[in-house]
Amino acid sequence: MSEEEPVRSIVTPTRLEYEFTAAGAHAEFLENVARGRLVGKRCPRCEKVYVPARPNCPRCGIATVESVEVSDRGTITTFCIVRVPSENIDLELPYCAANVLLDGSDMPFITLLQECRVEDVRIGMRVEAVWKPEEEWQPTFENIRHFRPCDEPDIPVEKLGAWV
Amino acid sequence: MSSADSGPTFSAPHVVEYDYRRSVGPVLGRFFTELRERRIVGIRRDNGSVLVPPAEYDPDSGESLSEIVPVGPTGVVASWAWVSKPSAKHPLDRPFAWALIRLDGADTALLHAVDTGRESAMSTGMRVRPRWREATKGEIHDIECFEPEDAS
Amino acid sequence: MRDVAVVSFAQTPYKRREDKLSEVEMVMSVVTRAIADSGIAKEEIGFTCSGSSDYIAGQAFAFVGAVDALGAWPPICESHVEMDGAWALYEAWVKIQCGAADSALVFAFGRASMGTLLETLTMQLDPYTLAPLGVDAVSLAALQARSLLDQGGVTERHWAEVAVRSRRDAKQNPDAQLAGDFEVEKLLAEPYRVSPLRRHDCPPISDGAAAVVIAAGDVARRASRRPVWIRGIDHRIEPHQPGVRDLTRSSSTSLAGRKAGVNPERLDLAELHAPFTPQEGILCDALGLGDGVRINPSGGPLAANPMMVAGLARIGEATRRIQAGDADRALAHATQGHCLQQNLVCVLEAD
Repeated sequence: MSEEEPVRSIVTPTRLEYEFTAAGAHAEFLENVARGRLVGKRCPRCEKVYVPARPNCPRCGIATVESVEVSDRGTITTFCIVRVPSENIDLELPYCAANVLLDGSDMPFITLLQECRVEDVRIGMRVEAVWKPEEEWQPTFENIRHFRPCDEPDIPVEKLGAWV
Repeated sequence: MSSADSGPTFSAPHVVEYDYRRSVGPVLGRFFTELRERRIVGIRRDNGSVLVPPAEYDPDSGESLSEIVPVGPTGVVASWAWVSKPSAKHPLDRPFAWALIRLDGADTALLHAVDTGRESAMSTGMRVRPRWREATKGEIHDIECFEPEDAS
Repeated sequence: MRDVAVVSFAQTPYKRREDKLSEVEMVMSVVTRAIADSGIAKEEIGFTCSGSSDYIAGQAFAFVGAVDALGAWPPICESHVEMDGAWALYEAWVKIQCGAADSALVFAFGRASMGTLLETLTMQLDPYTLAPLGVDAVSLAALQARSLLDQGGVTERHWAEVAVRSRRDAKQNPDAQLAGDFEVEKLLAEPYRVSPLRRHDCPPISDGAAAVVIAAGDVARRASRRPVWIRGIDHRIEPHQPGVRDLTRSSSTSLAGRKAGVNPERLDLAELHAPFTPQEGILCDALGLGDGVRINPSGGPLAANPMMVAGLARIGEATRRIQAGDADRALAHATQGHCLQQNLVCVLEAD
């Protein structure tokens, strides 16, 4: 901008630092994932199982109690193909972000699908977790690098019921 | 009673960081353009008084304002507060004062830092002048801080 | 106008750092208790409104996560303000006035300990001329305090006495964070934090949550033996730039008080949201409160100042005392922004 031009904008940088803490059901989940296990929590009233584990049931508004281990295999309930780059994401485009419902869980979560052509992704597709090497495991869901298709027949859309 | 009390607690850092590029419009744009030239301006209200920093609308009537008025560069400290332990986000890294400064010709006060070196040199009513940054950009930091009017 | 009453209030014990319970768990504990104590079934509550700040939580749309605590199935009518819960209560009161609901759940929460609160609060300032300077809430309150000293009539000793009284009264409050006996002389011997404010002049950083249930007319009468009626409620805001305002007075509090129908002769107590000691005097002057009105029997924000909660907690603490029969008529006040920029005043009374 030349000296003569009036100021049209200013840049206001922002940086805020936080320390998040996790205890209770969240910490229990992280402790388990550090050992390669996916353990959710069950609501004592509606009996739904939530993974990642949460301290309460969002439907009933009461504390979850029982811990329930679930499989690291599941089904895609919905997905999208991302074709635009993002500053913080270092993935080859296009890539697939999918909602995966793990066997034993009642709540899908969003995750990255890899090792699959985006044209082949479909609702009902069976997928499995791809873990980092065990020596790299930390108390973080990032121990799972991504999900990939596994060799099982699709779950028919009708069977996915409320999740689609 | 939750299981939280008995189990472990994990913690992890989280940083929220972003830059916004904010359009400034004609009024603040003029204020920042003048700062870039090492001048300070205010804006005249319907009642004739002068607002600094300039505002687009009168704080009482809500009428839109447009008459830019040069003010300062010197002014009077209307209130002050001494910061003995500056934080990383403060404009100076040594003890300094915040002040509300009524620049000559203005009816409202500009908030900025005053560098006097010691608390005993600060007083309500003292006169100050801006210390300009070497390279100005058109932002509030073009004034590095204020200093006593009679500083050498 | 419909008669609306506060029928229950619950809060967490306030702490410097709550690192065991998540926001959802804090909210669930107060919401569950407030509903249980309200005499109104959860399914009957017509509207829910919360107050919190995403910047405190460090996450965009953080307040949405708190809805998990409500058991919002079947779906509920819900709203949120990025403000103190006192303003969420105002929205709920308006909802009831409009006839769109007969009862409402209001809650507020925050874990300010997770971030650097003073840096977070700087983000609420004008982004062009104030936030870039990094001027923080304590510094701004200090500028206000200096203006009061320059004007005369108030001293640092007065402020220390406010701190001593607040923290002594907080000993009776099981939820207070800072409680105890302090001596004015010892406090005045401490160094300044940002002059002319010392550490005791400033509020603590507090984590916690609070909830109230409000209800209209007959619903309130059926639910509670001693409903605490909101006789008046109003809020006003002043210009943002500190240099444009007279920081020694709170004209917005005066106006809100008039509109809310405050009569200082007929008040037993006032819970004032004055996070900094000099602000208590400003508010008392603005509202015309004399010696006959007991100020902050709960200990006030100098004993616990959970961000986005403390204003709602003032309403709750005043309600609690009226319900207990310690008072018949009280004033509760909440503030937002720096140096009392925005103020809400509420008059509460039992039948």
